[in-house]
Amino acid sequence: MRLHRNPVKDPQRELYIYRVRMLLAVVLVVLLTGLLGARLYYLQVVQHEVYSTRSDKNRVRVEPLPPSRGLIYDRNGELLAENLPTYNLMLVRERVDNLDETLGLLVDLLALPEDEVESLRARSRQRQRSYQPALLINDLSESQIALLAVNRYRLPGVEVEAQFLRHYPDSEIMSHVLGYVGRINTQELERIDSGNYAGTHYIGKTGVELSYEDELHGKAGIRKVEANARGRVLRELEREDSVSGKDLKLSIDKPLQQLAFDLLDGRRGAIVAIDPRNGQILALASVPGFDTNQFVTGINVKDYRALQQDVDLPLFNRAIRGSYPAGSTIKPFMLIAGLASGVITPETTIYDPGYYQLPNDDRRYRNWLRWGHGRVDMERSLAVSNNTYYYSLAHDVGIDRISEHLSKFGFGQRNAADVAGEGSALLPSREWKRQRFNQSWYPGETLSVGIGQGYLQVTPLQLATATAVLANRGHWVKPRLALEIGGDPLPEVLPETLDDITLPNDEWWDRVFSGMKKVLSGREGTARRSGVGLEYAMAGKSGTAQVFSLGQNERYNASQIRERLRDHALFMAFAPVDEPKIAVSVIVENAGGGSSHAAGLARAMSDFWLLERNAGGQPAGSQAEKDPDAEAAALSEGAL
Amino acid sequence: MTKNVLGISPGSLSRKRSYWERIHLDPWLLLLLVVLIISGLGVLYSASGQNLDLVIRQGMRFILALVVMVVLAQLSPTTLQRWALAAYALGVSMLIAVEIMGDMGMGAQRWLVIPGVMRFQPSELMKLAMPMMVAAWLSRRPLPPRLWDLVVCAVLIGVPVLLIARQPDLGTSLLVALSAVFVVLLAGLSWRIIGLLSALAAAALPLLWMNMHDYQKRRVLTFLDPETDPLGAGWNIIQSTTAIGSGGVWGKGWLEGTQSQLEFLPERHTDFIVAVLGEEFGLVGMLAFLILYLLIVCRGLWLASAAQETFGRLLAGSIMLTFFIYVFVNVGMVSGLLPVVGVPLPLVSYGGTSSVTLLAGFGILMSVHAQRRLLPR
Repeated sequence: MRLHRNPVKDPQRELYIYRVRMLLAVVLVVLLTGLLGARLYYLQVVQHEVYSTRSDKNRVRVEPLPPSRGLIYDRNGELLAENLPTYNLMLVRERVDNLDETLGLLVDLLALPEDEVESLRARSRQRQRSYQPALLINDLSESQIALLAVNRYRLPGVEVEAQFLRHYPDSEIMSHVLGYVGRINTQELERIDSGNYAGTHYIGKTGVELSYEDELHGKAGIRKVEANARGRVLRELEREDSVSGKDLKLSIDKPLQQLAFDLLDGRRGAIVAIDPRNGQILALASVPGFDTNQFVTGINVKDYRALQQDVDLPLFNRAIRGSYPAGSTIKPFMLIAGLASGVITPETTIYDPGYYQLPNDDRRYRNWLRWGHGRVDMERSLAVSNNTYYYSLAHDVGIDRISEHLSKFGFGQRNAADVAGEGSALLPSREWKRQRFNQSWYPGETLSVGIGQGYLQVTPLQLATATAVLANRGHWVKPRLALEIGGDPLPEVLPETLDDITLPNDEWWDRVFSGMKKVLSGREGTARRSGVGLEYAMAGKSGTAQVFSLGQNERYNASQIRERLRDHALFMAFAPVDEPKIAVSVIVENAGGGSSHAAGLARAMSDFWLLERNAGGQPAGSQAEKDPDAEAAALSEGAL
Repeated sequence: MTKNVLGISPGSLSRKRSYWERIHLDPWLLLLLVVLIISGLGVLYSASGQNLDLVIRQGMRFILALVVMVVLAQLSPTTLQRWALAAYALGVSMLIAVEIMGDMGMGAQRWLVIPGVMRFQPSELMKLAMPMMVAAWLSRRPLPPRLWDLVVCAVLIGVPVLLIARQPDLGTSLLVALSAVFVVLLAGLSWRIIGLLSALAAAALPLLWMNMHDYQKRRVLTFLDPETDPLGAGWNIIQSTTAIGSGGVWGKGWLEGTQSQLEFLPERHTDFIVAVLGEEFGLVGMLAFLILYLLIVCRGLWLASAAQETFGRLLAGSIMLTFFIYVFVNVGMVSGLLPVVGVPLPLVSYGGTSSVTLLAGFGILMSVHAQRRLLPR
């Protein structure tokens, strides 16, 4: 390149160079414009679908419309579970800039305890997707709502949502029947159809709320809305309304349930009452109960721990899960086993010297009356609750046939159609023992089962169910809580019940019933004091379940044993005998003998149901059987 | 005027001058510009969320800008050439003033504030002063430029460009540099030097990267992969490509663009207005605008190359090429072809200063064009 100090300008050449460069520039301009055009073609034609979808996803938000949960009524139409409007604090994680800051501010604003931050944080994570609102705080007060509204700009992603909250007006007496709803947890989240639960924060956790969850929940609707970038809904594009959950009518009679609770007040125990004609559960009381409402809003840790650690186990549903030795309440069923297997007839008698000995065995299996009842026939064996008769019977029937026949009454199984969390307790068998302990069955263990002790355990619900089947002369009815779902009555007879039980002679049922009547009304009846003044025929059997096992020659002395080790009092009964309308089982923990501490409760339940609640339906000819020896000396304490 | 020296035939002087020639305006270019401005205001109305006040305000600015254009068109290129040094010196001193006492705005010092009077972006002045200065210098020199001329040009370009880059406003500094580079290129810079400089520039890229601010680096990275930060820096690109792509061939219709009307699109009435256009008017609307721009640029380049004086020719060519680069960079950025740099869509995006600068440029172009009529060959 030359460097001339003062070169000559050449306009022609300059213009030529300029025009060449300009031509190149025009070509470049056209090419670049073409490039833009190609890019736009790619975006707007080739990829149009992709971006179109993305744009719709931007603007269209699908919002769930949660269904309102079905209400629950008792058999008389009294409301047991309702939905009350409340305001909840919701948090959308996606829209929160700084979770710590937001939670801290919330705790400050609403004057929550400092340690609430962590539980709020845990709740904020309960939704998998960060754009779904998570429930932080229930049931805001009006002043809290006002505070939140004023500070709204400082709390992005925090919303106040109006929602219906489950409420149980009679939460304590109904606690173990209804159960409760609570916040959906992670495990439940995996199980449920998340679409149908979008927008719903609660799910049935226990009781009827759990077993009828699908019916009560209903079907969620959706609405598609157009929202702007800040999430404000501008208009509704599409709507599919939710379908409310179905209302549920239970067979529970609230006054009877209340009575059961009152009868057990201050004690621990359970009362179950069933209508033998159809299996409807009239009362299902487990005492103590608890306030289920606090579980709906999320019980705080302290209260929950207190409930959990309460020695009276209020959270434990004794009525359906409590496993108790049946004690002498098993005896009527043992008789049926003996009669059905042909081992005895109603005329079979034994001589009771006060104990029973197995062949070739020195050990004496004692009657509760040390000197024995002498000659004992079948009916008297029930009335006096003789043990020797049943030792002999059990030995003759054998464990195999005992478990076979007792299982026909539903022992050792879950029988109810719709009771969530029902326990199966334990009906022992040779097979069971081999599997459980890898041991063979000993004949002495059969004798224990014969008087309802040993391995045999029953739940109050099982005992009431078996009593109902017994009252039906072997005809099975499946216990159930629901009467109507969404206004449609359920069938009277539910499918999948056990087979009916038959005896070689149908009149033998009456003989067993006669023995059971004598329990309450006979001269020698163990519970005759509870049978005083009966206005109808009632058949029953007391039982006393040992909690504390005695050594071979020890004698039971209630006063010397701590309260918690005292015997459980049991009673099973049905009435009226000719046309049974109620079968009831009563268990009072550590109360002592069943004839004195449980029979009265069964009588009260039966009286109330037959004489007050169903006064019009009182069966004809159910004359009260007056007990001539009502004032006789007590046989009760320790009576098996 | 020294007519005889330049060989002007007397006959051409007597040629009848049209009305347009008398007022120094090119009717075709003016028509295209007015069509662009009016359709742009229509898009702006939609992009601003149907804010009529804002559209009227912008319309008033365009009227002011058109006045500036008409006034500049009346000046002769010789006057402009004389003013070039003064404008350049003023621009550089204001850039230095900004550097020293500039108002901290938007995290960058770009504004010069005379309290109570005005806010002014000196870099905006440099967009015109820069090519004017380089063109003025080169037009006095024999062309193609020699090495010495290039050294002078490099200094002339380097000082303000570095000052603008320090503000920091990388986009504008590059565009200002480009406007001067176009002058040098049109002046006939030899291909060998072009190749050499391109190689040097490529080699300097890593150096440039190291000196970039974090937000600038982030923009480049986000451009390379917008999905890495979909809610942060990538949001703009994702939303704008979504807006354009969802417009399809025919668009969603005026005021019907959900991306823009529902505020998903950021800066929709300023830098990203073209996404509104793409969403509401589709490929058809986009191509119509591109063709409109292409026509303006081609008409402008045609007028420029018809100029007889070197200064006017170089300046007018540079102005039109820079105008096109604005369009290309903006549309490229919004459609995801280029990284996000703060370049508005010329004559459509909302904003006062840039429309005045742009139409002032067209005024200069028309003045250059009018001179041809005054001094026909």
